Amino acid sequence: MHFLAYGVAVWIFCVGIYGAIVSRNLIHLALCLSVTQSATYVLLLAIGYRNHATAPIFKGFENRTKGVDPVVQSLALTDIVVSVTVIALILALALDAHKDADTVDPDELVGMHG
Amino acid sequence: MSRRAVRGLIALPALGALGALLAWGASGLAPFGHFHGFYGQLLNAIALPQRHTTNTVTAIVFDYRGVDTMGEELILFAAVVGVVLLLRDTGKPTPQDVARDRVGSDALHVFGVLGAAAAILVGVWLAAFGLVTPGGGFQGGVAIASGVVVLFLTAGFRSWRHVATEKALDPLEGAGASAYVALGLAALVSGAPFLHNLLGPGQTGTLFSGGSLSLLNWAVALEVAAANLVLYTEFIEQYVVALVRDRGDE
Amino acid sequence: MIAATLILVALGATAVALCLDPLRQIVLSGIYGLLLVILFVVFQAPDVALSMLAVTTVAYPLIVLAAIRRTRK
Repeated sequence: MHFLAYGVAVWIFCVGIYGAIVSRNLIHLALCLSVTQSATYVLLLAIGYRNHATAPIFKGFENRTKGVDPVVQSLALTDIVVSVTVIALILALALDAHKDADTVDPDELVGMHG
Repeated sequence: MSRRAVRGLIALPALGALGALLAWGASGLAPFGHFHGFYGQLLNAIALPQRHTTNTVTAIVFDYRGVDTMGEELILFAAVVGVVLLLRDTGKPTPQDVARDRVGSDALHVFGVLGAAAAILVGVWLAAFGLVTPGGGFQGGVAIASGVVVLFLTAGFRSWRHVATEKALDPLEGAGASAYVALGLAALVSGAPFLHNLLGPGQTGTLFSGGSLSLLNWAVALEVAAANLVLYTEFIEQYVVALVRDRGDE
Repeated sequence: MIAATLILVALGATAVALCLDPLRQIVLSGIYGLLLVILFVVFQAPDVALSMLAVTTVAYPLIVLAAIRRTRK
C-alpha cells in the first residue's frame, strides 16, 4: 500500500510529461500539463493521510478524535482553483499562436522573426 | 522515423530515470497512513478552541496561513489579467452576429433560469458555511461561476452578455482582491500584525464564527467568482466568433 | 477501497495523456476528474473534493471546448 500510493503519484507525473513530449496539438499539451499537476495533489493528500482517521472537520463531536493532516489539504484546495486560470492562460497563448500561424501543432510553429 | 517518434523514444529512458529518482525519494517518506507531522495534529486540536471554526482546513487557509492564500489569490488575478490581455481585442462578435445565436426552446429557457438560480444559491451557501462544514470561499466562488454559466448554456449569448458585462465583472474582481489586502492592512493600522484576526472569535457553528476569517472568506469568494466569470466570458466570446465565422462560410 | 481507487486513477491518467484527439480527451478528462473526486473523498478530504468537482465538470470543459472550436479548420 505504501508503494502503491506514492507509486501512483509518480506514475501520473511521468505519464503527463510523456504526453506533453509527444503531443501534436497545443490543447492536448495543456491537458497533459493539468494531468501532471494532479499528480501533486495525489502526492500531497497521500502524505497527509492517517489510518482510521476522519476528515479534519469537527462539528458535532469531540475534537480529540484523530484527524488527517489539514495543512496539505489547504495547499491542495487553493492550488486546484488557481490551476484553472493558469491552464486558461496557456490555452489563450495557444489561441494567439493559432491566430498568427493558423496551426496548433507545436512542430509546425516556427520561431518568431523580428 | 518522424521527429515525434524519435522524441518519444528518447523520452522513455529519461522518464524512466526521473521516475526511479522520484520513487527513491518517495521511499524516504513515512509509511503510508502513519504520518506523524506535528503541525497538523496541533492545528486539529487548537483550531476549534482558538478560532471557533469547526472546519479546520478553512481556518488554516484564511487565518493560520492567510499570507499563502493572499499569494494564491494574486496568482489568480495575474493569470486572469494575462488571459484578458491576450484575448480581449481579437475579434469581438458584432451585434448582428450576436442576434443569430438564439436558443429556440422555451422549456429550456425556464428550466435554465431555475437551474441557474438553484446553482448560484448552492454556491453562495457553500461559501457562507465554509467555516462550519466543508466548503469555503474557493469552492463557493467556483460554484457560483458555474451557476451563472448555466445561463449561457440554456438562454444563448445575448442573455449571457446582459449578465456578465465587462463593466460589472472587472470592478468586482478588483474589489475582491483588494478587499483581502485591505483587511490585512486594517489589522496593521490598528497595531496588530498583518492579517491578524481583528474581530475576535465569534460563536461556533454560526455564519460569523472566526471573526475576520469570515470577511476574508467572502472577499475570496467574490474574487474567485468574478475572476472565473471573466475567464468564461473571454472564452465564450471566442466560441461565438468561431460559430459565426463558420455560419458565414456556409 | 483506497487501492482500487488509486489503480483506477492511474489508468485514467494514462488514458487522458495518451489520447491524441483533444475532443475525446476532454471527455476522458471529465471522467478522470470524477475519479479524482472519489479518491479525495476516500482520503478524507471533502474540501479538496468539492473544489475539484466544481472545476473539472464546468471550468475545464468550457474553456477547452471553446478553444477547440476556435482552432478548428
